[in-house]
Amino acid sequence: MALHWYWSVLLAFTVVMFFLSSAAILVYAERKVSAAMQNRLGPNRVGPLGLFQPVADVLKLLLKENIVPYLANPFVHSLAPFIMIVIAFSAAALIPFAPGVVVADLDVGVLVLLALTSISVYGITLAGWSSNNKYSLLGGLRSAAQMISYELSMGLAVISVVLIAGSFNLMDIVEDQAGGMSFLGWNLFRNPIGAILFIVAAFAECNRTPFDLPEAEQELVGGFHTEYSGMKFGMFFLAEYINFFVASFIIVTLFFGGYLIPFQTLLISAVPSLDGSLLLGAMQIGTVILKAAFFAYLFIWVRWTLPRFKYNQLMTLGWKYLLPISLVNAIVIALGIAIFRMF
Amino acid sequence: MSIIDNFDFKDTLQFWPRHNEALYKRLESKHAWLEERRRGDRVQLDDPLDSEMVLNIGPQHPATHGVLRCAVKLDGETIKKCVLDIGYLHRGLEKLAESKTYQEFMPYTDRLDYLCPYSNNVGWCLAVEKLAGIEVPDRAQWIRMLMSELSRISSHLLWLGVALMDAGAVSLFLWTFQYREDLYNIFDEVAGARLTVSHSRIGGLASDISDTGLALIRDFAGTFPAVIAGWEKLLNRNRIWIDRAAGVGVLTSEEVVELGMAGSNLRASGVAYDIRRFEPYLKYDEVDFIIPIREEGDVLARYFVRMDEMKESVKIITQCLEFMPEGPIRADDAKRSYPSKNDVYYSMEGLIHDFMYTDAGICPPKGAEVYHAVEAAKGELGFYLQSDGTGSPYRVSIKAPSFSSIQGLEYMMEGAAMGDMVLLIGSIDPVLGEADK
Repeated sequence: MALHWYWSVLLAFTVVMFFLSSAAILVYAERKVSAAMQNRLGPNRVGPLGLFQPVADVLKLLLKENIVPYLANPFVHSLAPFIMIVIAFSAAALIPFAPGVVVADLDVGVLVLLALTSISVYGITLAGWSSNNKYSLLGGLRSAAQMISYELSMGLAVISVVLIAGSFNLMDIVEDQAGGMSFLGWNLFRNPIGAILFIVAAFAECNRTPFDLPEAEQELVGGFHTEYSGMKFGMFFLAEYINFFVASFIIVTLFFGGYLIPFQTLLISAVPSLDGSLLLGAMQIGTVILKAAFFAYLFIWVRWTLPRFKYNQLMTLGWKYLLPISLVNAIVIALGIAIFRMF
Repeated sequence: MSIIDNFDFKDTLQFWPRHNEALYKRLESKHAWLEERRRGDRVQLDDPLDSEMVLNIGPQHPATHGVLRCAVKLDGETIKKCVLDIGYLHRGLEKLAESKTYQEFMPYTDRLDYLCPYSNNVGWCLAVEKLAGIEVPDRAQWIRMLMSELSRISSHLLWLGVALMDAGAVSLFLWTFQYREDLYNIFDEVAGARLTVSHSRIGGLASDISDTGLALIRDFAGTFPAVIAGWEKLLNRNRIWIDRAAGVGVLTSEEVVELGMAGSNLRASGVAYDIRRFEPYLKYDEVDFIIPIREEGDVLARYFVRMDEMKESVKIITQCLEFMPEGPIRADDAKRSYPSKNDVYYSMEGLIHDFMYTDAGICPPKGAEVYHAVEAAKGELGFYLQSDGTGSPYRVSIKAPSFSSIQGLEYMMEGAAMGDMVLLIGSIDPVLGEADK
């Protein structure tokens, strides 16, 4: 379903605004959830229930001085946060929110997604390298090594999904999960190992605990963003939150039925006038946002519960366990599909 | 031309560059080679690929538990060599003691290990009482023991939270602080101060425990075991925590003894040494408790030992509450301990004694010397005192457990990963106020 260009522009604008505001909400949510877990109150001073805290934070970051360290490479130092934020928003363009409601409905959507997530490592590595700080450098190197080890198992987990759907288009992958009353047809049930692998890899891709080695605040002070200040730091911060929200959307799209409302077929057979209506579209957008919000909560929950992996344990997990499992999983699914087609 | 222009500052006043140079030389790093190169010496490079990096961690680094500085030589993520630099919190306490009376120095001991100040007060007072031969009433001894155990829990709680935070689990840090807050309320009620309690007096205590204080302690001892059990549920089978901690920083029982480490670090390596059991002071021979021992000697073993010690401390506290007799809390010895405020305000002798005691202090016999150690939260805390017959000590030497334990750190760090570093520093539980004195 091709949209007219001005609809695409409007949609793109809406998606960018949605993710910007959701990042603010997520920052607030993370602080409130962590506070609840730690028997604290969390932000409660700015506005009712502290709801304007993110606004105050952003204002503070905007007014802060931008410091470029002595002997740092100023161009690369400024480039790195831009890479992070551009990649984070570009990945958001691929998410289908409802049938036809997607900024870029690409037939190679999955490949573009993998390519974009691979580029975001450049942001962190360049930030670490250009800061002229040893802690940042270590953080950047860790990030590079971590991304390489998780990209492979992530790609293989995605391939198992692509094999089932028979398409690289994210919209097709969602529609493919409509079987079993839009609930049992989810790739979670058809490909559970792939789902778990992808979620673990997504945590690693987003540099969230237990995989937050690049910033490991206890060892590396702030890791790659130690030397960033003002809005440049703000951009890393923003990119981190957008990244994990986008990752939640991708998890939902690939494995949890995307925008499909559970028992959608039953709903439509009960209320036939709903089929193809705007109301159904709105409900589907609500569904995908709710599902993604659950995974965003999972990201926050895990971050404030688990300790961090050590560098070599992370490598061991990535190369010795996840990669072989994802390879076997992809092969088993390919064989299964081949046998299924044969008969 | 003044005399200053001719004066060569380089050799006399510039401590810092020379100190750093010596430190880097110990690290056998290229920083040292640079110094040599600058002087024009021929330098043999044994790192032709230039893969090594020198990283100064601390003294301002957040994970070094105060002001410990570790200069490490890194090859990638592996620590090839580590040199520790302490003394950033040096206040010359031992020298200060020589110009204070025995009682005046007692508040300074709060600033040694500021996580369990009560044990330090008690250690100092016991040493002075041994030096001067003062008998302390029973009730005071029981209260001292009770409060020392509470301060041990407070210190171990901070250790637990910080060690887990070093490993990346931030939430536990704040959970432990909730219970440290309860402990601080107890100290506030009993001693009148939260951190620097200064409650012990030579010959007894400053004040008796109030009923409110006893109720608070009883309440804490009642709820705390369940809290610990909850944390153990979270941690004892936590795959990531065990993988992080098991087999890291292993020290055998011979090694810990040779490195001179103290306290829980000894016991985690299978050395059954606890002053409370081997040279019982206060009333430790009258209560029933066990000394937790582990054989593994790694970070995980230290974690288990400290968790068990907290449970044993709760046991001791409940027994103290049970056995504590009624009675006076200060020795009835006008020359050797403070008179009660009632005496000071309403009798002339009391006022004179108070004045004399504050002004001249107790005067132990000339030439007397004593070493007395207590088991503080970090290990054996000993005070060696020499008297010259006046009111202030002739010489004080403090055997600080953190200082002894830090000696093992360089040894453990070699070959460890960068991610282990903070965990290793945390696992030996140093307090730099004590190590630097």
